[in-house]
Amino acid sequence: MNLTLKIWRQEDSKAKGRMVDYKVTEISEHMSFLEMMDVLNEQLVNKGEDPVAFDHDCREGICGMCSMYINGEAHGPDRGVTTCQLHMRMFKDGDTITIEPFRATAFPVIKDLVVDRSSFERIQQAGGYISVNTSGNTQDANSIPISKHAADEAMDAAMCIGCGACVASCKNSSAMLFVGAKVSQYALLPQGQVEAADRVRNMVAQMDLEGFGNCTNTGACEIECPKGISLENIARMNRELMKASV
Amino acid sequence: MSGFFKSSIGRKVAMALSAFFLMFFLLQHFAINILSVFSETTFNEVSHFMGTNFLVQFVLQPVLIFGVVFHFVMGFVLEIKNKNARQIAYVKNNGAANSTWMSRNMIYSGLAILAFIVLHFIDFWFPEINTKYIQGDWTGMHDGIEGYRYFHELQEKFVNPIRVVAYVVAFIFLSLHLMHGFASAFQSVGGSTIRKKRLQSIGKAYSILIPLGFIFIALYHHFNH
Amino acid sequence: MALNSKIPEGPIKDKWTDYKNHINLVNPANKRHIDIIVVGTGLAGGSAAATLAELGYNVKAFAYQDSPRRAHSIAAQGGINAAKNYMGDGDSTYRLFYDTVKGGDYRSREANVYRLAEVSANIIDQCVAQGVPFARDYGGLLDNRSFGGVLVSRTFYAKGQTGQQLLLGAYSAMNRQIARGKIEMFNRHEMLDVVKVNGKARGIIARNLVTGEIERHSAHAVVIATGGYGNVYYLSTNAMGSNVTAAWKIHKKGAYFANPCFTQIHPTCIPRSGDYQSKLTLMSESLRNDGRIWVPKNIEDAKALQQRKMKPTDISEENRDYFLERRYPAFGNLVPRDVASRAAKERCDAGFGVNATGEAVYLDFAAAIERYGKTQAKVQNLENPSKEKIYDLGKAIVEEKYGNLFQMYEKIVDEDPYKTPMMIYPATHYTMGGIWVDYNLMTTVDGLYCIGEANFSEHGANRLGASALMQGLADGYFVLPYTIGDYLANEIRTGKIPTNTPEFDEAENEVKERLNFFINNKGEHSVDYYHKKLGKIMWDKVGMSRNEKGLTEAMAEIKELREDFWKNVKVPGKLDEMNPELEKAGRVADFLELGELFAKDALMRNESCGGHFREESVELDGEQKGEAKRNDAEYAFVAAWEYKGEPSAAILHKEKLEFKDIELKQRSYK
Repeated sequence: MNLTLKIWRQEDSKAKGRMVDYKVTEISEHMSFLEMMDVLNEQLVNKGEDPVAFDHDCREGICGMCSMYINGEAHGPDRGVTTCQLHMRMFKDGDTITIEPFRATAFPVIKDLVVDRSSFERIQQAGGYISVNTSGNTQDANSIPISKHAADEAMDAAMCIGCGACVASCKNSSAMLFVGAKVSQYALLPQGQVEAADRVRNMVAQMDLEGFGNCTNTGACEIECPKGISLENIARMNRELMKASV
Repeated sequence: MSGFFKSSIGRKVAMALSAFFLMFFLLQHFAINILSVFSETTFNEVSHFMGTNFLVQFVLQPVLIFGVVFHFVMGFVLEIKNKNARQIAYVKNNGAANSTWMSRNMIYSGLAILAFIVLHFIDFWFPEINTKYIQGDWTGMHDGIEGYRYFHELQEKFVNPIRVVAYVVAFIFLSLHLMHGFASAFQSVGGSTIRKKRLQSIGKAYSILIPLGFIFIALYHHFNH
Repeated sequence: MALNSKIPEGPIKDKWTDYKNHINLVNPANKRHIDIIVVGTGLAGGSAAATLAELGYNVKAFAYQDSPRRAHSIAAQGGINAAKNYMGDGDSTYRLFYDTVKGGDYRSREANVYRLAEVSANIIDQCVAQGVPFARDYGGLLDNRSFGGVLVSRTFYAKGQTGQQLLLGAYSAMNRQIARGKIEMFNRHEMLDVVKVNGKARGIIARNLVTGEIERHSAHAVVIATGGYGNVYYLSTNAMGSNVTAAWKIHKKGAYFANPCFTQIHPTCIPRSGDYQSKLTLMSESLRNDGRIWVPKNIEDAKALQQRKMKPTDISEENRDYFLERRYPAFGNLVPRDVASRAAKERCDAGFGVNATGEAVYLDFAAAIERYGKTQAKVQNLENPSKEKIYDLGKAIVEEKYGNLFQMYEKIVDEDPYKTPMMIYPATHYTMGGIWVDYNLMTTVDGLYCIGEANFSEHGANRLGASALMQGLADGYFVLPYTIGDYLANEIRTGKIPTNTPEFDEAENEVKERLNFFINNKGEHSVDYYHKKLGKIMWDKVGMSRNEKGLTEAMAEIKELREDFWKNVKVPGKLDEMNPELEKAGRVADFLELGELFAKDALMRNESCGGHFREESVELDGEQKGEAKRNDAEYAFVAAWEYKGEPSAAILHKEKLEFKDIELKQRSYK
């Protein structure tokens, strides 16, 4: 199929960006979206133009590196996938596809479609861990039984790949689904209880400091999340913070 | 605790708490108003009680005003903060793909309701205040009217079809606002979304029935005066 | 230089304990004055950085992604082995050790493998304490599953995302140290050279991938944890950015490269769909427990399938060739990865491939669905259940076991694997070879360490499933933090390493010169053009099945391609900006050298062992006719290559492998 791409081009973080139109031809429906971008870039390199910079790495939907806001949705129109797992069969011959970087004040653009998500790093550094020494002199792994239900629920929260689609999709650029998932994983496990109050307070404080917006419960994040992280995690974080504050 | 209300989540909880209060008030307001459809006398009596009772007038009323003001001021504060969280807008954004129109436009439905509140105050509240606090007339009576004046005043207001239309439109916005706000408030205070389905059904019922009831009252009095 | 593996004396089960008891330690006050650079933040690098920081060293960690959590360890699906014997099925340190050595086809170092098995149990304790949500049973205890090639259940898992969860565990430990200021994290940085001062590794040259700035970083020791080099094949299950650059740079500075030809080709990957393919996706090996692998018996049917004139379900049972079951009746579809991969390639090379590219075989669940369906019908006491009922019951069981994998397949291929058989084909997955290290995990350069997949390590010629995660974490959490102290104990009086020395100048200039060359060379072809060509040579001639002729050709072709690359490569953009093409150019340049050494190593090793199959070394008769034949008399050694200018000029050093605790046996799956 032949497509028109409208892509955000921005030289660096300080430059003013703009949308630029490109044409790609003979795109196979079996290609992934990023393979389509590879075709475009190969074309640009051969013409001596600057290829479009975009983040990507594992290309199997787990590293969370790829981003892109495609036709008005984070990771494009398919559900439960990252951009690298999005296939061109979701589009039709002759389509015009708009491709923008994830937008948020806390995610400044580095170049073209690449954004800086280090705000997520700082939130996790503020408390996204259990303070256990890595010496291996911990107690036996089976000494604290954890109910299957709690373990499974913690796992569901822990599946978050930190891609930032929640922030990008939220009309308020809120990071609460991400932070909620991180807080929840530990809140659900007995190992996480000792530091629970400090953890949620510090992580939320850092989240606010980074300039993310507030949650208005639109639920867009949950729908666009490639890993199906549930809104319940936000509710749990709210409860945890209330518990920590009284 | 003061730190809590400075945090994003704290503000969201505060927003939800004021919303709960307002939703409860709305229910109460509706319960009294619907009486006007069934019995003029009961309506008048209850209205007089509400209008003259010390507790209602000097405790609940200020709390209510505070609640309303807080809810909309906080709404604006959050809206500005949220707008700042994305300074460059998307060229193409398909919000409908992942969220309802109501959830994305609370600020607009809220503004419509705020405009309505102004109108509503001009219609009822300011005259009340004038009568009671400036004129000092606490009798609930009015020259040329038999019994209490409340029902009569109500009827009079709904004669003008333009006002009725304005009220009806405002109630539609109220419905839209509640459509998202009801369940959202529960979620903000940490309500489990696992029971979301049931909560949403209750929310839907509330956000349709209450405004619809108000619309009915307005139309009823317009056509029955 | 003669290789000294520094394996401690004594009985194998006491070696590590005794060694730890006598090793030099650095006192806590002195650790504050010692800097360590860790390059790579996957399971090995992440866990090492966190632990070293916790011990009190000052750590500088480098990752080319925007976060340590994105390293490709995150993509490991299946699980992590540990000799916990929670299942009470007779597992022990010795058994895990034995399975690993045997699985590696006797080309690994006994003492290292034993140590790995020994610390494996600790890893699980550690990870649980960190909050890794491993799967649990209804009693709240940890669950185990079994994995290919072993007789016990010792694999711990977290859904199909074990690698992700373990990496997040190590990452959280890093975050704690970053918050404490003990780790300085350099995201979006790529190491481009190591700096040696007086023969010791003293720092690195790194490029800031956002600004393009070239930076100098010094330390008392440098740890390389940059993963494997499977991307030398262009297509592999590795991440797009996975590369050999750090390992290759240290090789050029004196670290020997061991067994580069030992590569694992995984049999169950989703096949290539066209020339634009950028990477391959792995489907968990567990699928082979229930799927039956086949191609058509008749070449006409295969042709029809390739042209999409026929559907697999149109081919009757008697016209199907279940080639693994036919060739290996004892193990059938569960033969080890290398055997399954070669058998699939053999059929496809003979023209029986089933997709448009002719490079795919079927993995069919119809029989499993029927079998499970019938069992379920019995369980539910259904009399004379209809075919549909049996299918539905069976499908539910298969869905429960493999639902997420089937879904992933459907997303990529757009076919429903419950209705039509899956298509699979082998793909490069893991490289057992890597930088040679001694028992301390130190390379042949003083103060330069190499851990995780980047070293040649414990897996010999073939890695067992669920052992990569175990090795990465063992190296990072429990081995390196001890052994590095032995070296650093002599560095407490060294003081801060200055970066304004001639050695740093020289290394930085070299790096800059090379980058400048790329930008200024107005060639004709993109970097990917060369990478794809290299990949094709590697896959065709240094792939699953290798012979002398092909390997000799490959060496010449790679050399030729490399020379062309240095003349005609085209890299757009500038130096001082984010420039992904420039990053790729440097990585492909190194692959173009490694590829040749890879082929050279494969040529030298005229035996078939593990993932390395030489057509010249097969059983000539008997039941095993045509199967791989190992040659212990001549090749029971680690091939460590010393860099001498050109890859073809590399000098071979042999580390003889002695097996005192395990008897060498020829593998048989017939």
